[in-house]
Amino acid sequence: MSWLKPVSGINSEERVGFKSPIVMGVLALVVLYFFGIAGRSGQTVFELTRKQDLIQLPVFEIASAQLGVITGVIMLLVAVVSLLLSLRNSKTPIWLVSIYGLLGVTALLGWLAADNTVPVVFIAGTALVLAVPIMLGAMAGVMSERSGITNIAIEGQLLTGAFMAAVVSSITDNFALGIFAAMFTAALMSMVLAVFAIKFLAQQIIVGVVLNVLVIGITNFLYQQWLTEDGENVNFPGTLDIIKIPFLSDIPVLGPVLFENRITVFAALLIVPVLWFVLFKTKLGLRARAVGEHPLAADTVGINVSRTRFWWVTIGGAIAGLGGAALTVGNAGAFGREMSGGFGFIALAVVILGRWHPISAALAALLFGFSIILRVWANQVSPGIPTDFITMVPYIVTIIAVVGFVGQSRPPKSLAIPYVKG
Amino acid sequence: MKLELRGITKRFGQLVANDSINLVVQPGEIHALLGENGAGKSTLMNVLYGLYQADEGQILLDDKAQKFSGPGDAMASGIGMVHQHFMLIPVFTVAENVALGNEPTGVFGTFKLAEARKRVVEISDRFGFNVDPDALVEDLPVGVQQRVEIIKALSRDAKVLVLDEPTAVLTPQETDELMAIMRQLAKAGTSIVFITHKLREVKEVADKITVIRLGKVVGDAAPDASTSELASMMVGREVDLTVSKRQASLGDEVLRVENISVLDDRNQRAVNGVSFMVQRGEILAIAGVQGNGQTELAEALLGLRPVIKGSGSISINGEHRKSQASVRDVLESGVGFIPEDRKKDGLVSEFTIAENLMLNASYKSVFTKGLNINFAARKKISKDLVERFDVRTPSADHLAGKLSGGNQQKVVVARELYRKVDLLIASQPTRGVDVGSIEFIHEQLVAERDAGKGVVLISTELDEVLALADRIAVMYRGQIIGIVGPETSREQLGKMMAGVAA
Repeated sequence: MSWLKPVSGINSEERVGFKSPIVMGVLALVVLYFFGIAGRSGQTVFELTRKQDLIQLPVFEIASAQLGVITGVIMLLVAVVSLLLSLRNSKTPIWLVSIYGLLGVTALLGWLAADNTVPVVFIAGTALVLAVPIMLGAMAGVMSERSGITNIAIEGQLLTGAFMAAVVSSITDNFALGIFAAMFTAALMSMVLAVFAIKFLAQQIIVGVVLNVLVIGITNFLYQQWLTEDGENVNFPGTLDIIKIPFLSDIPVLGPVLFENRITVFAALLIVPVLWFVLFKTKLGLRARAVGEHPLAADTVGINVSRTRFWWVTIGGAIAGLGGAALTVGNAGAFGREMSGGFGFIALAVVILGRWHPISAALAALLFGFSIILRVWANQVSPGIPTDFITMVPYIVTIIAVVGFVGQSRPPKSLAIPYVKG
Repeated sequence: MKLELRGITKRFGQLVANDSINLVVQPGEIHALLGENGAGKSTLMNVLYGLYQADEGQILLDDKAQKFSGPGDAMASGIGMVHQHFMLIPVFTVAENVALGNEPTGVFGTFKLAEARKRVVEISDRFGFNVDPDALVEDLPVGVQQRVEIIKALSRDAKVLVLDEPTAVLTPQETDELMAIMRQLAKAGTSIVFITHKLREVKEVADKITVIRLGKVVGDAAPDASTSELASMMVGREVDLTVSKRQASLGDEVLRVENISVLDDRNQRAVNGVSFMVQRGEILAIAGVQGNGQTELAEALLGLRPVIKGSGSISINGEHRKSQASVRDVLESGVGFIPEDRKKDGLVSEFTIAENLMLNASYKSVFTKGLNINFAARKKISKDLVERFDVRTPSADHLAGKLSGGNQQKVVVARELYRKVDLLIASQPTRGVDVGSIEFIHEQLVAERDAGKGVVLISTELDEVLALADRIAVMYRGQIIGIVGPETSREQLGKMMAGVAA
């Protein structure tokens, strides 16, 4: 679209394209038409609070199609604002995109729940719980990749963590021990990757894939031979208690979603900001990022590249192990065959989508958590709509987000390149 | 601080990179380490900096023997180093880069950015560096990046500062500024080791000169030694630094470039509306500091990089070149090309010399027999070329990657000149090449010109430009600032390279 603006001299600033307003405009029209004008009849009830909550908010009731029209029109207006911004060569701010996204989600929920209710707390809370393994896996990825090592083995680390947490908790009847075992074993697995990558300069992708296949094999074998035989004793840990944080959990909507959870969720909510802080505000983080960008430069100022990489990958592994524990003792209550089901790979995608930034990656993980619960819930409220279609929606949104808004992301410069001294 | 190296020997397998080198640098002295590319200067300094461990010998600071197991130790002892390739992290700010490895910290190991900034500002102000602590390093011009490196060393209280080929990337003005900084630091008591192969700079700034050849110290010299004296010490024989060439006898126009613009890898205009023409029998030099669009211009001339549609045209031998011309089309139309990075674009290191020599004619009948390679012909041709172009190798079946830089470049030149070309585009043809090979390559370029070919020489070395050019086009920020004659003064060219139109 460069004809709209004269090219302004050499080395001109990158021009803001019209991708954002176009994508936003098209999607707004889709919402306006399919959820609004051609929408479904019936009332949609948005339940912001649960029956047992201390503070009760009134329910919000609206005709499904009417909601579609309203949100569609507002989304169209946002798209127009974005267009004006693009014409003035400035980017659409991320908060505006977020509002736009929330409106779209609201329209989708309203459309699905025609003649039904939308339990907001339930959906948001479950999305968070389901997102935790992905989120922690992504934190492991951020830690490892920021220091310059590709960790494809996150999937295996989640699976290891899930297995160890279930088995050790069952046998010892102690969740703390189970979670510790999960983190420890996954960290050991990371150490293997780290040693191969750092000391033997092995191709990191290959090592990661091999570790994944190995863990799938081992856990399948043990599951078959041991857990199914003696399930009562070794694979029946149950789940962690749900903890209500006093006062905070009484905040309407946010309280039950954020502050009434199992320890695994709280841990994730804590680890994400802590990792952000360490990565961007401390000496350790500065050094790790330096090592991932330009290891030789880091070496010349006396930073031990190998040691830094080793520990960042290893501690990342422990966090992924915790993510695995969140699958069993934090949610399902028992170990199942290959129960990580690709979450580790989604975590890798989430790392890139979040541009190697802990907070953005955590938000991206939430998107995937939401997509999982959406499928389950949509099947209940609107059995007529093919769930496969619903499942697609978040991924379509993701692709659009990546193409339209995230733009080109820049990985750490020395990612997956072994550092050889001298 | 007094620095002394005693009998430093460093071997890499069979190769002796440093052979019992002795060197004494007095406090506050600017000590030039002069030597050709590959003489072992950088190895020596990496030993000093703890990046390499010496096989024999001692490092003494103020007469006390030191043991460095890594750069951290060297820095702690007061040695600072500005590497030839900057050791800066492009996505970090100046303050972050300066602090890295030596960070001011608070509770929980928090990085005190404010303090780091203050440190930068303080040193920057003390020496008048004018560096913004919050700028991202990747956005800074190389001259400023170099100052960041110096600040980095000074912030660690470096008493001995090693500058490894610091002027390679600078404009003449920036070089002068650097020399002023060096003098100022020396005056404040810092010992400076200045590694270079540029005689003019050594004479201008050094207090003392040590010349290294093939890993050995060949002697000391005072800065008032004559240039030819220094050059022959450095090379080991008499060198003729001037290139003799006849008056140009101009022929037909062979290349005409009209108003072309080219994008770089980041989709920015690296070349913006450039026009020039080259006649047979002349060398047109394109001068300028590295990174002003020369690379992209060369690639566009060859057809490796598209010219922005509708921006202009290129004609070779009076024929309009198609905008989508493939590289093969361009080569077939009589263009020879010596790329600026021979290791990356000029040669396949894992191929033999003979294989490399046939790369641009692999499909032609001279090298082929049906679908096969004509090994006999290749052997004969490559043997012939190795002799004619003085490639120092036991045989043409040796791997190209094993050759020295100068000999690799001769292989590239041989390959390009073996074909009949009308136009030769030589991009940095003597970068990282020993003096003997430089002389040889320069002679070849002049010979091509005298044989009535057009030559485009893209070079950032002002000496080379002045020695060879019949006309000089100066590039600055993607544009040609002016095209001037070879009699133009260095000062004038320096100004043009900094963007001041002639």
